[in-house]
Amino acid sequence: MSKDKIIVTISGKDGIGIVAEIATVLAKYEVNIEDIKQTIMQGCFMMFLLGDISKSKYSFKDIKEALTESGHKLGMEIWIQKKEIFDNMHTI
Amino acid sequence: MSFFNEKSIIETINMIKVHNLDIRTVTLALSLRDCCGENVREVGDKIYNKITRYAKNLYNYASELEEEYSIPIINKRIAVTPISIIGESCKDYDYVYLAKVLDEAAKEVNVNFIGGFSALVEKGCTRGDEALIESIPEALKQTKRVCSSINLASTKAGINMDAVKKMGSIIKKAAYLTKDQDGIGAAKLVCFCNVPGDNPFMAGAFHGYGESECVLNIGVSGPGVVRAAVEHLPQNADFGELANKIKQIAFKITSTGELIGRRMAEKMNIPFGIIDLSLAPTPAIGDSVAGIFQAMGLEHAGAHGTTAALAMLNDAVKKGGIMASSYVGGLSGAFIPVSEDAGMIEAAQKGVLTFDKLEAMTCVCSVGLDMIAIPGDTPDSTISGMIADEMAIGMINKKTTAVRIIPVPDKKVGDKAVYGGLLGEAPIMNVNPLSSETFINRGGRIPAPIHSLNN
Repeated sequence: MSKDKIIVTISGKDGIGIVAEIATVLAKYEVNIEDIKQTIMQGCFMMFLLGDISKSKYSFKDIKEALTESGHKLGMEIWIQKKEIFDNMHTI
Repeated sequence: MSFFNEKSIIETINMIKVHNLDIRTVTLALSLRDCCGENVREVGDKIYNKITRYAKNLYNYASELEEEYSIPIINKRIAVTPISIIGESCKDYDYVYLAKVLDEAAKEVNVNFIGGFSALVEKGCTRGDEALIESIPEALKQTKRVCSSINLASTKAGINMDAVKKMGSIIKKAAYLTKDQDGIGAAKLVCFCNVPGDNPFMAGAFHGYGESECVLNIGVSGPGVVRAAVEHLPQNADFGELANKIKQIAFKITSTGELIGRRMAEKMNIPFGIIDLSLAPTPAIGDSVAGIFQAMGLEHAGAHGTTAALAMLNDAVKKGGIMASSYVGGLSGAFIPVSEDAGMIEAAQKGVLTFDKLEAMTCVCSVGLDMIAIPGDTPDSTISGMIADEMAIGMINKKTTAVRIIPVPDKKVGDKAVYGGLLGEAPIMNVNPLSSETFINRGGRIPAPIHSLNN
């Protein structure tokens, strides 16, 4: 179900352990990682991650709170959104 | 396994973060027709109980959706059946009491405005309509969240000039009774021609007669996003290209609104009504319809060409948005509220955007003369004259038009009215000093127009 897909977007200064930190949180909260892309844009590190929360016993809210906290700890900007918003906005 | 496009993700986040894309309002529209009764206190209890029962989760569910999609939902609101009908069922009319009940119910469920202190009188007034209209100034003084709207004209019925005359003095009184807040009472009161019954935006929202028991309507916005897209085009891009770009952006804005609206309706377990795909500006920097005119190449809002720019913008927004939703309704188009748009405020302050130009722009915008502050000593009949002009534009052109004008007590041209929040601030604009009194005093009804010989 597309309702169970989330997109995590992280941006900020590149450094060691960003992917590891986020992946650890996702594993703890039982989110399956389906795809990851990374890029450097105007000197800024960006990572996009597609996750599936259908098997998780945690709520979207719990997962979002945990990831937001990790983002702050890493000093990165982090967005956690249901994937539907992108599907709706960019496809006819 | 599903896929994603990182460019789309960056674009969406930028629209929200940098260009103020938001869901402007989720509005629960609720029928109160089963709340009629002979005793006004009992009617009040029924109204309070019904609103608080249906809307008890409105705020929380909207907050949950904000979290899930990371898009702000600015306002949570309620629209109800025009109260003139409900109050009319009572033996002793007490519309101010019913307004206070609406206010209490809105407060209880944490919504910032409740619309529907309304009457539709385009052809004539019932006794209840008259009593409601008479009670508007006091009702708006004694409440914080109640919004009032009166439909004075339609293309089918003509213009009720008795009511137009009456509303001139009601608006003045509503402003006077709230003079300690720059006449904010009048900012919560709007007169319409061809009013839609499914508009989710205030101050004109109410739940129309042909509507079902309860629906969820949604209003999207995004002038900042449109402005950024237009600015991104080369200055020599022609109007076809410009219109196309606006349509593409309107599609994106609307499809996002449609998603949130449907999810919200699902959560509340009520039908999804309509999406109103309006460009509603806010005082935030960049979130301005006037800014779009500048991006299109006009020196400022008010320059010759502004009406053409607005006509194209309004039409392109509708064309793009209509593709993104099955049910588009409400006011749908571009709003031009002066006090709520930083660019409009600046243009009015500089004196380059005049009352007359605004009136011309209302021929092609989605609503009308909106949030315009005028001197507090403007005669009642002059205000009625402004209303009559605006009603005529709507009636003849078969469109919705509206008047939300604030005669700010004790202030004159050069002063400023300050409301704060989404209502913003407005320079007091110059008004034509010529008298309309004898014309307005005629009373009666301007007959409905002919629908052929269109020239």
